[in-house]
Amino acid sequence: MDLINAVIVLLNYTIIPALTYGSQLALGAIFVTLIYGILRFANFATGDMMSFGTMFAVLLTYYFQSIGISFGFLPTALLTIPFAIFMMILYMLLIDQTVFKYYRIKKSPPVQLAMVSVGVMFVTQAVIRIIIGPTDRRFLDGEKFILKATEFKEMTGLAEGLTIKSTQMITIVVTIIVVAIMFWFLNKTKTGTSMRAYSDNEDLALLSGIDPKKVVLITWIIAGILATIGGILYGLDKSYRPFVYFNNMLPIFAAAIVGGIGNPYGAFFGGYVIAFAEIFLTYAYKRFLVYILPESLEPNSLMQLLSTDYKFAISFSILVIVLIFRPSGIFEGKRI
Amino acid sequence: MRNYLNIIVAYSIMMLLIILVGIFQSWSIALTIFNYCMISAVMTLGANIQWGYAGLINFGVMGYTALGGLAVVLVSVAPVPEAWSVGGVNMMTCLGIIIIMIFSTRYILKNIQKSKKRNYLIAGIIIVGLILIKIIAGPAIEQIEAVDPAKTGFLGGLGLPVLFSWIVGGLFAAGLAFIVGKVALGLRADYLAIATLLIAEIVVSIIKHEDWLARGVKNVIGLKRPAPYEIDLQTSPWFINLVEKFHSAKLDLANSLSERQDILNQLVIDASSVYVKLCFAGMFLVVVIILLIITQKALYSPWGRMMRAIRDNEEAASAMGKNVVKQHLFIFILGSAIVGIAGAMMVTNDGLFTPGSYRPMRYTFVIWVMVIVGGTGNNFGAILGGFVVWFLWVEAAPIALFFINLFTAHLPETNEIKVHLINSAPYFRFLLVGIGLLLIMRFRPQGIIPEKIIKQ
Repeated sequence: MDLINAVIVLLNYTIIPALTYGSQLALGAIFVTLIYGILRFANFATGDMMSFGTMFAVLLTYYFQSIGISFGFLPTALLTIPFAIFMMILYMLLIDQTVFKYYRIKKSPPVQLAMVSVGVMFVTQAVIRIIIGPTDRRFLDGEKFILKATEFKEMTGLAEGLTIKSTQMITIVVTIIVVAIMFWFLNKTKTGTSMRAYSDNEDLALLSGIDPKKVVLITWIIAGILATIGGILYGLDKSYRPFVYFNNMLPIFAAAIVGGIGNPYGAFFGGYVIAFAEIFLTYAYKRFLVYILPESLEPNSLMQLLSTDYKFAISFSILVIVLIFRPSGIFEGKRI
Repeated sequence: MRNYLNIIVAYSIMMLLIILVGIFQSWSIALTIFNYCMISAVMTLGANIQWGYAGLINFGVMGYTALGGLAVVLVSVAPVPEAWSVGGVNMMTCLGIIIIMIFSTRYILKNIQKSKKRNYLIAGIIIVGLILIKIIAGPAIEQIEAVDPAKTGFLGGLGLPVLFSWIVGGLFAAGLAFIVGKVALGLRADYLAIATLLIAEIVVSIIKHEDWLARGVKNVIGLKRPAPYEIDLQTSPWFINLVEKFHSAKLDLANSLSERQDILNQLVIDASSVYVKLCFAGMFLVVVIILLIITQKALYSPWGRMMRAIRDNEEAASAMGKNVVKQHLFIFILGSAIVGIAGAMMVTNDGLFTPGSYRPMRYTFVIWVMVIVGGTGNNFGAILGGFVVWFLWVEAAPIALFFINLFTAHLPETNEIKVHLINSAPYFRFLLVGIGLLLIMRFRPQGIIPEKIIKQ
């Protein structure tokens, strides 16, 4: 019985939150890695692009609520996803045409493109703050919980409760669907294969008749879908605040590099590595140990390896370690 | 002389803009902007040494700035004896353990051949060391933080003159740069950018959350100042006499003696803040000029030519027998040290240390915009970039407000769009800086004042 309780404690406080957070990071990391693999630059506007897509979802959710449309027990924001993605892709293509295209055709070094993306970051941040403002916004509606702690306790008779928030379930399910479709697209369709070819060797791909314009267009469309969905899922789970999205760029970068930048599988995996490391290293294990250790050994302290203040620092340290010992990432990077 | 014409014109326009702020807004604001421009210029000089001379991209400016600020606290604040007596011994032991760890790791790296055994040994040292530190420091930290937490709760500093901390700030930053350089300099350019950005975040989060060191997010206020305090000035007779002489025409217009006294008091209060800022401006100007002379000499020395050769073609330079790795590390340390000095200057100017305010947007990306806009590889350009971008950053909101009012003049005061735009005026600075960067990158990628190669 104690063992089951201990497992429930772990599930409730570490595994489910880590899976949720990891899924959100993974979507962002695949976005980063796609841009890096195909367009060949580190996109510093990542967080703000995600924020931009989410902004439309937030505004549309408020609009839908005001005219009385809802999605039953699911959050209304899910209904707004297609519209938000559409706006996001439009914005990305606009940016690409006005800004990135010039440098791509000139074949500028990646550093220059990265600097340009810093400019895009500033502009995007300004647009977001001018339109929606910097304040914290919650736009979650519908059922909040799938399983409440008290219900679980009554059901099973255990001492520990298990809570599953609807946003956690939605995040995990939506991520699995989106990522599965994307991998299918990249591996099985002709367009996907041509994208991978373009990423592997641009000149060879051009020689074999792959249209670079089409590849770039498709990349931005996929990137738009990933960025918007990743952003909306994060916003539903926590809350929408432009500044937080900018900060999220850093663990997302860490996830992409840890997995091997340019490799979508690596990025997907990297997101979970970062999330699990952050949560497992900052969780206070006292309650868990109380159940599995005999009474004489029960710990007095919180049994926390690191304080939660260092949550971000952990992901960065993992990144630094990976960069020193295996710069190409856990999976072989720079392939798609 | 013709070579320098564009530099002189650009700087004159910049000075004119600041003087215009002085006339239209107030001299106090103009001097504040000027001082911050100067601090930004020092940061830009540092980043420019790395990017312009050697082509190293360092997105960790924020971390070095924060370390420079930390130096001010650790050097100038008076020590807290109670905190030292409860936890000083333990903290010093920890410092000793860290030093022993470093030296034993170095010893193993030098004397044992590369093997699995060596890796295990190093890992063992680090893990044992960390556990020891956690055991020894844990209770000491709690005790230190419990000492009058509202006012101190930290070890305090050394109580030395604050100007000394500018040098220490540079040294701190150099130390960090040495570690970062050893770890990350082998990486490709954009990886290096990301790695330095994240390492800077780690540094800031340590400063933020280690309360025993510098009070963390509780901030340290009332730091020492190398300039006189406004309050002292307002009561000292020589200063009042000076203001009286300066404004004698204005004072003579007063009708009665009491009115004259009121005007004089107001003038003295205004003048005292201007005087303090002038003192700071003078000190910063000295630093900027010294750094400018040194960097300018270095750029046109054989060493500077070698750095440019390494930047332009690494393989060729290393084939000529130049040690690229060593030179990269050296220049990385040098540039970071200058950024550290700027960080210390900034905290001295503010008189308070607020770790929570170190954010990558303001302390990394804006500085980089300055470098790119001003002119990479040219020190005059870097300084000008610091001035221009900081000026835009501060004055963007008033400028945006002016244009919003101009374009929405026909709308009624209660119009929703107008109110919303006026409320979001502060965010136009991001727009202005971002568009400025994009335009410069597109149409004048070498910057306002481009790099100049003197052929000999």
